[in-house]
Amino acid sequence: MSQNDDNNAYWSANMRLIKISLIIWALVSFGFGIILRPMLAGIKIGGTDLGFWFAQQGSILCFLALIFFYAWRMNTLDREHGVDEE
Amino acid sequence: MDQFTLNLLFVGASFALYIGIAIWARAGSTSEFYAAGRGVHPVTNGMATAADWMSAASFISMAGLIAFTGYDNSSFLMGWTGGYVLLALLLAPYLRKFGKFTVSEFIGDRFYSPTARLVAVICLLVASITYVIGQMQGVGIAFGRFLEIDAFWGLLLGSCVVFAYAVFGGMKGVTYTQVAQYCVLITAYTIPAVFISLQLTGNPIPALGLFGEHTASGESLLVKLDQIVTDLGFKEYTAAHGSTINMVLFTLSLMIGTAGLPHVIMRFFTVPKVSDARWSAGWTLVFIALLYLTAPAVGAMARLNISDLMWPNGTNGEAVSVEQIENDPEYAWMATWQKTGLLDWEDKNGDGKIQYYNDQNADLQAKAEANGWEGNELTKFNRDILVLANPEIANLPGWVIGLVAAGGLAAALSTAAGLLLAISSAVSHDLLKGQLTPNMSEKNELLAARLSMAAAIVVAVLLGLNPPGFAAQTVALAFGLAAASIFPALMMGIFSTRINNSGAVAGMLAGLVVTLLYIFLHKGWFFVPGTNSFTDADPLLGPIKSTSFGAIGALVNFTVAYFVSKATKETPQEIKDLVESVRIPRGSGAAIEDH
Repeated sequence: MSQNDDNNAYWSANMRLIKISLIIWALVSFGFGIILRPMLAGIKIGGTDLGFWFAQQGSILCFLALIFFYAWRMNTLDREHGVDEE
Repeated sequence: MDQFTLNLLFVGASFALYIGIAIWARAGSTSEFYAAGRGVHPVTNGMATAADWMSAASFISMAGLIAFTGYDNSSFLMGWTGGYVLLALLLAPYLRKFGKFTVSEFIGDRFYSPTARLVAVICLLVASITYVIGQMQGVGIAFGRFLEIDAFWGLLLGSCVVFAYAVFGGMKGVTYTQVAQYCVLITAYTIPAVFISLQLTGNPIPALGLFGEHTASGESLLVKLDQIVTDLGFKEYTAAHGSTINMVLFTLSLMIGTAGLPHVIMRFFTVPKVSDARWSAGWTLVFIALLYLTAPAVGAMARLNISDLMWPNGTNGEAVSVEQIENDPEYAWMATWQKTGLLDWEDKNGDGKIQYYNDQNADLQAKAEANGWEGNELTKFNRDILVLANPEIANLPGWVIGLVAAGGLAAALSTAAGLLLAISSAVSHDLLKGQLTPNMSEKNELLAARLSMAAAIVVAVLLGLNPPGFAAQTVALAFGLAAASIFPALMMGIFSTRINNSGAVAGMLAGLVVTLLYIFLHKGWFFVPGTNSFTDADPLLGPIKSTSFGAIGALVNFTVAYFVSKATKETPQEIKDLVESVRIPRGSGAAIEDH
């Protein structure tokens, strides 16, 4: 496989990873925190409902996990496709 | 030692520390001035970025806005953290690979057009100056309180301090100073929160205390809070009251804006490698989250404490008496804050008591009439004082109050300095050296950088005399502007080879102009009161407030850029190759000085 094909494969793997991550990003904030909050109203936590927790704390914790997961995955991809920094 | 001396001592000691570090790490070359020689470790860089990022808006203003609104202002929490996901995934690693100093350099090169670079500089200046206005508001309040003077004089004094401080060093001096500022501000934010959480819930971690049990009543803290605020005629704390569409757009604007603000993006140019840029975004968010997970607890607990102080015998008992406010040491904070002009009360019905309730609520009219109340008597409570007054409200020891004053100033100063740096590099590096006078010497470039900082402060103070909202709301407008102009151009520059020079220029201009127009129509032209045609209570477009318009502006930007690019000449091959190379980490070198 030529370097150019490999670069393309690297980029599409990256795009796939970005898409999945952004879906989770939107789901925990706009989804659970705002739009889907009424549907989660039945799940109680500390005197309020799960949606309130996602809006004020849960989403932030998910964002953190997402960024570190992405950084770790990308560093592996960099090496697999031979595009890491020597 | 009295409180005034203690405050001076804490603020003075923290200032001595920052200035000491700034002198020790003074920038010698232009490269050090802008990008700290690219030798900053991701964790260090993360901490400095967090200090740079968490401004007066996060520290002083945000918890107050959450406290008095509740759930609806969760947008600030999600928006100002969620942007880092966009930054880490969509921008930071690629901009680091590109390897230049400023955001407008990237836009100028990628869209092979000096015009694009110029438009980027304009967008960046508009967003940054709006942002500085919000910081100045915070600085004014903090100085006003700890020197016990009017907030206006606090603002003037604060602007002099910010200027003196920012011209000291460039990025290098600022980076290490900001690490110190982060430590000061996070300690100052956390300590009072821990005390208050222990008092109210017995849990030493405020973030957990928020969802814990209110010890005094045995109920959940949030249930208790909901009950008290509704008793006083205010809206239920945990429920949604505003429009869902507006909340989504507002959150999105803050997120995109975060990823489009030049002073934050610039930070990712200073890490040694592309992979470090990814980690650095993560570390930044770790340090930011420490404050953001505590902030909602600070807000809710302060709201509870204020209600308790105003109604010491419960919401159905007697209100606090004027005599008690004037003599009881527990209420001494009210008199000190009254001096700043940001807090006030008035015994309207002359019964010697101060009734705090929502006099706009029709349901409370009967109760008010039966008890002879003639309107809410806690007539003024500026949201921005909440965090600074919080330790006093909770009756914490004097040193905690001094520490919080120092923390608030650290937050405002670090961000103001970072923004001034972004402004000065835009003017001296991109505008003067990049376009007007390419042969300028390094010495003159540094001089121009410092002069533009001074000019920026003057403009910010002038516009800041009529702030368009509380500090965090002013700052939110700056985010809307960055979201509508810078972020789409950067993203399209990396993820699409089709967007060409004309497309990018047209997109940025369209995004900036519609957003600025929408803001001025609602907040007044150049924020001058009375010149607005609409209000945020009844906005031009359905439920969309001016603070939420940034997301729409970004959409306009993307759309215009796409169609203009389609109608004009294709991107040349060498630019397509440039985009390809930016996408691959291999071969990232040191920064290239292209002038």
